[in-house]
Amino acid sequence: MIDRIPSGFHPFVIPFLAGMSFVFLYCILGVVKIIYELSWAERRKLFLSLINPKYIYKNLRDIFLDCLIHVKLWKRNKLLGYMHSSIAFGWFMLIVLGHLEVFLFVPGRINLFYYPIFFNYFVAEDAVTLRGSLLFFLMDFFLVIVLSGIILAMIKRISSRLFGMRRTTRPSVMNNIGLYALWAIFPLRWLAESFTAHISGGSFLTVPANYLFREFLGNDLNMLPTWWAYSIALGVFMFVLPFSRYMHIPAEMLLIPMRNAGLKIRSARKGFARVQVLSCPNCGVCIDACPMTVNRGNVKDCTVYLTRQIRRNNERRIDEISDKCLMCGKCEALCQVGVEGPNLRLMQRATRSYRISPDFRDIDTEPMIAAAQGSKVLYFAGCMSRLTPVIPESVLSVMKKAGVDCTWMDRDDALCCGRPLFTAGRIEEAKQLVAKNEEIIIRSGADTLLVSCPICYKMFLENYHLPGIRVVNYIPYMYDLVKQGRLTLRKSDVCYVYHDPCELGRGCGIYDEPRKLLGRAAAIAEADKNKVESICCGGSLGSLSLNFQQRERMTKAALDNLYTSRADAIATACPLCKATFARYSDRPVHDMAEIIDART
Amino acid sequence: MTDFGFHLSKSSQLDLSRVDRERLNRLYELEPGARICMTCGSCGATCMAAPYSGMSVRKMLLHIERGLDVKPLLSKCMLCGKCTMVCPRGINTRNLILNVCKLYD
Repeated sequence: MIDRIPSGFHPFVIPFLAGMSFVFLYCILGVVKIIYELSWAERRKLFLSLINPKYIYKNLRDIFLDCLIHVKLWKRNKLLGYMHSSIAFGWFMLIVLGHLEVFLFVPGRINLFYYPIFFNYFVAEDAVTLRGSLLFFLMDFFLVIVLSGIILAMIKRISSRLFGMRRTTRPSVMNNIGLYALWAIFPLRWLAESFTAHISGGSFLTVPANYLFREFLGNDLNMLPTWWAYSIALGVFMFVLPFSRYMHIPAEMLLIPMRNAGLKIRSARKGFARVQVLSCPNCGVCIDACPMTVNRGNVKDCTVYLTRQIRRNNERRIDEISDKCLMCGKCEALCQVGVEGPNLRLMQRATRSYRISPDFRDIDTEPMIAAAQGSKVLYFAGCMSRLTPVIPESVLSVMKKAGVDCTWMDRDDALCCGRPLFTAGRIEEAKQLVAKNEEIIIRSGADTLLVSCPICYKMFLENYHLPGIRVVNYIPYMYDLVKQGRLTLRKSDVCYVYHDPCELGRGCGIYDEPRKLLGRAAAIAEADKNKVESICCGGSLGSLSLNFQQRERMTKAALDNLYTSRADAIATACPLCKATFARYSDRPVHDMAEIIDART
Repeated sequence: MTDFGFHLSKSSQLDLSRVDRERLNRLYELEPGARICMTCGSCGATCMAAPYSGMSVRKMLLHIERGLDVKPLLSKCMLCGKCTMVCPRGINTRNLILNVCKLYD
């Protein structure tokens, strides 16, 4: 093996070395800081998962599939999937193959960690003398793959619409520097390897380029400057990485094990929340997803800008963005990385201090307990159903027809489930309501809690401790009754479009039962955006600061989406969606309970 | 002494000097909807907290404008948002309530 440079060093590697050392140091300190910010229980959970073979396998698989191959992105958009995986996986393979080359051909240099990157400069043998034409071929092959991804990225920057994104993020200065450095790295690598290909070999891409350049230029004077440029581009990218969106590359590798270990966001900025914020790749998928961005409004209030402002510590904007969100969860559902935008906002809301705090502890629950006793099935309609009394009436009527003995828990005096206070960040106050309701439900003697409001349902599922009591939403419950033959449905010829309420669909994952149930009672049409992509009705209690006019626009946009189905009427399963839609809809809006009641 | 259920009403005279204009203006700034309330009482009619504390957004606003204590009213507000849904003026009552909780004590 002939080394071209006997010392194995040339000053042009310094920019790369400096950048790489900086990133390593930054990431190691970052990991230490984040682990330090975790609570003792969270740390224990994380470390235990890291030594558990099942989790190790899951982490490695998720990192490979999500960070390198971008499987989720492929499923959503093939072009964007190819663009990202070509750059990520291609670059990864270039690094792996570079190490393999060093390991096979110059094992003595494996301890120099810049050697695999600049292998072709330091070696004076080619593919024939090394018998490594397959490796050389693969190196060129993956370089072509990466270059194709870079070309796509450039086209996307000019016209994101070609890639199916209507709107994309406005890049910050640091993001732009990182972007141009990243774009420069691979063409420069190709040029550098081409200039040295007659000395150190190459394959189908670099050898022809080498002939071409030498034919035109007639000398080797460009060799060293391009290797310098390649190293400088790498160095610039590495130095900018911690302060730009490219931080998501290392951060996601920490996010995946933490999420797999079951960690939850418990603070607005620290620990797991910090990893989430750093993992946001600023792709802007959440901008098109967000129901608030209708008519180009509120674009700067999407999750991508929340993470950006959190990184900049811009407290005023963080508060504004946190208060505005409808908490519909669509950004989180569509996020390729899984950044929990709504939870970050919730924790930000929880940091507020109020001078007046409600206190529910002295409310007397005895009359409510007495009213709730009497049957095995306890029905909770929720506060919002008082504005749509037809929902509880229909639910009770259906239960009567099916022969289910059912007591209406909140017919007269009642307490809220606590979710509105919870989403407003007043978690301690919400817990007082939870405790009161838990007492009523447990002491009622029922074994099933039937809930017709998805907002309450989510709260009961996630924040209540009700041992021995089955909490069930009325849709699956009614569907079971139909399947058991206790309810017989006559099919009508009215065509309905089913609107997935945020809290029931994305919140609790109930998408199929409502459609199956509705399919037995009427014809169904699907809207353009449905299920996980369903658009919030605009009435959500999640938002604290959106005013009436802004909500009106969102409701109309959500209705326009439902109208694409050309259905005669709208079906939904949430009192809030029904009340909100009914205000502007030009066709009837019915709750599922009404439809089932009418068709039995 | 036997209680016959008759008693003297407490004075309902308002002390307008207790109105904190600066704080009120700050509230109007944070929730401009506070200015357009027409005291129709829809909020009170739907309020979940009304049976426990007599809460209604209308009353809360009047109390603030008259320099009265709003803390007892707000002590049972569950922020359920029905007042927002029924408000004919489209006031964001939840934002109003949260801001009152921040500013007043």
